[in-house]
Amino acid sequence: MSVLAYLIPLSIVLGIVGLAAFLWCLKNGQYEDLDGAAERVLFDEDGPAGP
Amino acid sequence: MSCCAPGAEAFADPEATRTLPSPEDLVLASRPGRDGQREARLSVPAIHCGACLRTVESALAGVDGVLHARANLTGRNVTVRWRDGSLPPAIVETLAAAGYPPHLADSARDGPDPVQSELVRALSVAGFASGNIMLLSVSVWSGTDAAMRDVFHALSALIALPALAYSGRVFYRSAWQALRRGRTNMDVPISIGVALAFALSVYDTIEGGPHAYFDAAVMLLLFLLVGRTLDHAMRARAHAAVEGLARLSPRGVVVEREDGTTAYLPVGEIVPGMTVIVAAGDRLPVDGRVLSGVSQLDRSLVTGENLPVPVSAGAVVEAGTLNLSAPLRVEASVAAGDSFLAEIVRLMAAAEGGRSAYRRIADRAAALYAPFVHATAILALVAWFSVTGDLHLAITIAVAVLIITCPCALGLAVPLVQGIATRRLFDRGVMVKDGAALERLAGVDVVVFDKTGTLTLGVPRLRDRDHADAKALALAATLAAYSRHPHARALAAAHAARDGRLDPAVADVREYPGDGLEARRNADVVRLGRAAWALARQPRDPAGPAEAGTVLAVNGRLVAAFVFDEALRAGARDAIAAFRGEGLDVEILSGDHEPAVAGLAGTLGVVRFRAAMRPEGKLARLNSLAAAGHKALMIGDGLNDTPAFAAAHVSMAPSSAVDVGRNAADFVFLRESLDAGPLALATARRAGQLIRQNLAIAVLYNGVALPFAIAGLVTPLVAALAMSGSSLIVVANALRLDWRPRRKRPLRAAAWRAEAGEGLAR
Repeated sequence: MSVLAYLIPLSIVLGIVGLAAFLWCLKNGQYEDLDGAAERVLFDEDGPAGP
Repeated sequence: MSCCAPGAEAFADPEATRTLPSPEDLVLASRPGRDGQREARLSVPAIHCGACLRTVESALAGVDGVLHARANLTGRNVTVRWRDGSLPPAIVETLAAAGYPPHLADSARDGPDPVQSELVRALSVAGFASGNIMLLSVSVWSGTDAAMRDVFHALSALIALPALAYSGRVFYRSAWQALRRGRTNMDVPISIGVALAFALSVYDTIEGGPHAYFDAAVMLLLFLLVGRTLDHAMRARAHAAVEGLARLSPRGVVVEREDGTTAYLPVGEIVPGMTVIVAAGDRLPVDGRVLSGVSQLDRSLVTGENLPVPVSAGAVVEAGTLNLSAPLRVEASVAAGDSFLAEIVRLMAAAEGGRSAYRRIADRAAALYAPFVHATAILALVAWFSVTGDLHLAITIAVAVLIITCPCALGLAVPLVQGIATRRLFDRGVMVKDGAALERLAGVDVVVFDKTGTLTLGVPRLRDRDHADAKALALAATLAAYSRHPHARALAAAHAARDGRLDPAVADVREYPGDGLEARRNADVVRLGRAAWALARQPRDPAGPAEAGTVLAVNGRLVAAFVFDEALRAGARDAIAAFRGEGLDVEILSGDHEPAVAGLAGTLGVVRFRAAMRPEGKLARLNSLAAAGHKALMIGDGLNDTPAFAAAHVSMAPSSAVDVGRNAADFVFLRESLDAGPLALATARRAGQLIRQNLAIAVLYNGVALPFAIAGLVTPLVAALAMSGSSLIVVANALRLDWRPRRKRPLRAAAWRAEAGEGLAR
């Protein structure tokens, strides 16, 4: 059972990493244009104008 | 690709593309960014597929001075950043040349909506917490030894505390506000239940007790946040779509200074006495008096009159009217804040104040539900304590009662149905401002229409288009191409629909406002306009009344006479029939002259109509309807209808309506057809039915679970199952709204596309 001592904290840390990643995406505007993102993946080269 | 997706045509608004924003307007609408940059967001309705994104971005990347351009397919807009200079780069012109005419959004929202992001963040934290706690809880339920159970409970408490504190803020705030005003709402039992459940569970964890309700408390918040987020998202989307429509009133205006120089000032800085220059095709920013210039004003959005009014020096003009033919110099008589437009806004505010506040179904349910829940919980507490004398047991049971009856399903019941209904209407080009509007629409019993711009398109149409003499029409259309007069546009449109070739021999076209157009064709003088003027060969008093007919004359001899009628909005007849079929009374209130209104009412078979109504008159009529106990749906587009919107039970406007009207209306329809009215009514009624069903299901479910909770049989496992079970049933029932029409959908989509194609051809 001692395996739980580090597995449970590990699972919670992984969960927190996932949550942080989601919150970062949200803040970074990744969900601003869901339809556009689906189309942009088909572009051959990178977008013409800057980042 | 998605070019053919339904909804692609939803934003094809002909009004929007009529005039492009000027560079000065662009600067006024932009905001400063870092390092001396400026940033603006332009609404580009023509963006509808992936290829559009590239075209728009590459076109803008080629413009000198543009630093960054990012097009957004979901919002159909483009964000541009440029180096701050005296004038912005040719952004508008480049977009228009690429086939994507932009316009400035009604109010440029800066960045993402703060409420929306707070809700989504709270939702994600609650989701994370409830997932992890549920994992621990499942282990506890499947039987762990006492020591491990206490560790798991402690871990759950550690996860639950920050999650409850962070995600629950929305509910605590609203509950606190309600309590402070001495009222109660749905959030009060939620907050009390969550706080009590957490406190009791912490106590049990410390004491090493077998049951903890951490999972129930967090899950409750999760479900409720789903409902809350849905409710907000649908409102935000409708608002964004309406704000994305073209702004009709100007942001800035050209002012002539005393030394003869001109400057471009924001409308708000106009003071009485300033001289304002209004170009042809612009709307007047303020009330005033014409100093010089002869032109015609389209007052249809302001008063509902269908035909333009000629004006010359000395005439008093109102804000919001459209200058049609020639530039005018106007002396502002009042500041923008005191103009006709502002007067309308004041009337609206007064009417809003008089309207009894509508209470939403969920709030009415909560008002009945919350006291009952609290009374039951307290009763259970007192009863168990007096019988057993065990305070801990009594509190546990009271908490179980609070949790099991917590309106988790109730919180989802209303927003889910309204979210789906709103989505369905959105797909068909009807924007719903908020869920309460759907509830109110379901109850209406009278429909009040405006005439010009609502039942009709507000633009005249050439009568007998197919029988007009081709040569005469070609000549008339060549002259008409030089004018913005509605009759000239109708002639040009009729000709364009046939062969569209203009007469190359026509030269020197001049417009005489109020009379017509004159041109030379070889040695002949050609005139198109009022009969008295065109045939007499002598310019007459330009202030004479406009007539319904227009003649084409060569050297004073009659060649052809054109008669116009008002084009009915598509679906007007069907919409009225559909409203009647639903048992509603139909009424027309118009600002136009009696004969025009009577004629139209006769055509549509409407008996009750009133003509020559002022805005105050419409407002009074709506108020008297409300006083008589009627619930009226007002459909209108003009400035003069806007006060009536505020007095009506619920209101609806086409996307071509004035800005104030669009913002005040509960529903805005983007497609041309009036079918939107009956469609919205049917959807609202169906949604109302499902909401009542959902509420009944939730109450029934809680009613069944309540005796078990009072009997002390509800363990955390039972509470979790009961909560998710009732929510699932409510969600499943809400989805039934989408069931019936899905089979018909492909057919409908084809019909809209045909309709949109027809609209473009016209």
